[in-house]
Amino acid sequence: MMFRAPQYFGIIGAMFRRVLKRLKQHQFLFEELVKRDFKKKYKGTMLGIGWSLLSPLLTLLVMKVVFTQFFGRNAPHYTTYLFAGILVFGFFSESTKGGMTALVGNAGIFTKVNVPKYLFLLSKNVQTLLNFSLTLAIFFVFCVIDHIEFSWRFLLLVYPIVTLTLFNLGLGLILSALHVFFRDISYLWSVVTRLVMYGSAVFYKTDRFSPEMMTMFRCNPVYDHIAFIRKIVIDNAVPELWEFGLLALFVVVAMAVGGFLYKRFNTEFLYHV
Amino acid sequence: MSDNPKHPVVANDVCIRYKRGDFKQIGLKEYIMKRLAGTYKVEDFWADWKVTFSLEAGDLLGIIGSNGAGKSTLLKAVAGIMRPTMGFVRTRGNVSALLELASGFDKDLTVKENAYLRGAMLGYTREYMNEAYGEIMSFAELKDFENYAFRQLSSGMRSRLAFAIASRVQPDVLILDEVLSVGDGRFKRKSEEKMRQIMHSGTTTILVSHSLEQVRKLCNKILWLHKGRQVDFTDDVQGICQRYRDFIDGKITLGGE
Repeated sequence: MMFRAPQYFGIIGAMFRRVLKRLKQHQFLFEELVKRDFKKKYKGTMLGIGWSLLSPLLTLLVMKVVFTQFFGRNAPHYTTYLFAGILVFGFFSESTKGGMTALVGNAGIFTKVNVPKYLFLLSKNVQTLLNFSLTLAIFFVFCVIDHIEFSWRFLLLVYPIVTLTLFNLGLGLILSALHVFFRDISYLWSVVTRLVMYGSAVFYKTDRFSPEMMTMFRCNPVYDHIAFIRKIVIDNAVPELWEFGLLALFVVVAMAVGGFLYKRFNTEFLYHV
Repeated sequence: MSDNPKHPVVANDVCIRYKRGDFKQIGLKEYIMKRLAGTYKVEDFWADWKVTFSLEAGDLLGIIGSNGAGKSTLLKAVAGIMRPTMGFVRTRGNVSALLELASGFDKDLTVKENAYLRGAMLGYTREYMNEAYGEIMSFAELKDFENYAFRQLSSGMRSRLAFAIASRVQPDVLILDEVLSVGDGRFKRKSEEKMRQIMHSGTTTILVSHSLEQVRKLCNKILWLHKGRQVDFTDDVQGICQRYRDFIDGKITLGGE
């Protein structure tokens, strides 16, 4: 098979530059949207931003107690193992759930002014990304407590974080577009999210599964991201090249489908809101 | 019609297909049920059919026609929110569309936050908003309310705010959908005055109005749409208004009906 990589990079680069240019053009609106999403998110809860940090920690606590005390599971670095799963899954579920309403929730804006519609999804994701970064910082603190050895390999964590962010964005494009046409997607998605959670080995180990089962696991992007991070943090190893490729593949597929939907239905959204 | 590059607005054979049916806000479940039962109906129709006009700088076009004539759809195409299915619309310079202004605010934000968000939507810069904010609030007579949640405002206050922000646009092409004046008697005069200022500053304006009186007074060109078809486009505003009046009163009928 012939890969003409430079050409693809050229196209992707051009698209990226166009998005940046339009962002710059609508910078003020984008900033106001980000501000609005922050205010709406944390308004009403007394703990505000503190709460969104506390919630993964509480999940961690509950899982830790349940699985070590009741199920007698105690692998080495089990806390870090759990936290890596909760971290990735939490980011995935928050980002896609929030991103889904990006179009329907902003219908009042894009039916009145001509702005690129992905602005709304991006602004929503700025907020989830910040939330994720704070949780990530706490994750590192827990790594220290759990006697994880820090090495240069930790720098590789940038890769899965970037791919996960982009994958979430791509999925956000798909979901927000579908949500315009079918409002009950939100219920379906919460079911799917729960399935993904159980299928991502957040709290159990996968080494006793058959190779066929492992292929199934590998088809789940959330699982792959968790496994990638665990490999670096707990096993102190560099993931295989194909694992890097796999994460990139998910990004490309999600972005391509999402981008296609936005382009194809750009003017059609108007009829449905 | 020639596409004269000097004309700020040119619409050439603009056709826009629109969808009608109860497909809005349905769920996947409903969609599948309706599909299975064969009751899912989406009707395509032409909201606008071969609409052609061109405006020179400073023109003030009034679009008239009864409900469902395709006026709002046409405005959206000129504003770039919709794309014509066939034909084209070309505009020169920056275009401001003031459509359904009172809606689209965020009820959970404060009045000030909403003002900035709206300013951003209309394409102002942050520096401009900082500078103009005081004037906007005093024009809207909402100075004491800036930190109120938007939901606490009355509908009159909301439209006053919407107008105060929107009326600061200085576009080359201005598109208006019945927003010439808002509020009670005193504010109405104030807003009409403001609108007149904008329209007489050399801006090319397109105005949809149900008030023939307004069109007669303000416009120098007129476009009459009926069920998406273009009945006439001319600068004989008085004549068309008279014919439209007669048509509404049932004195005349349009050809082909």
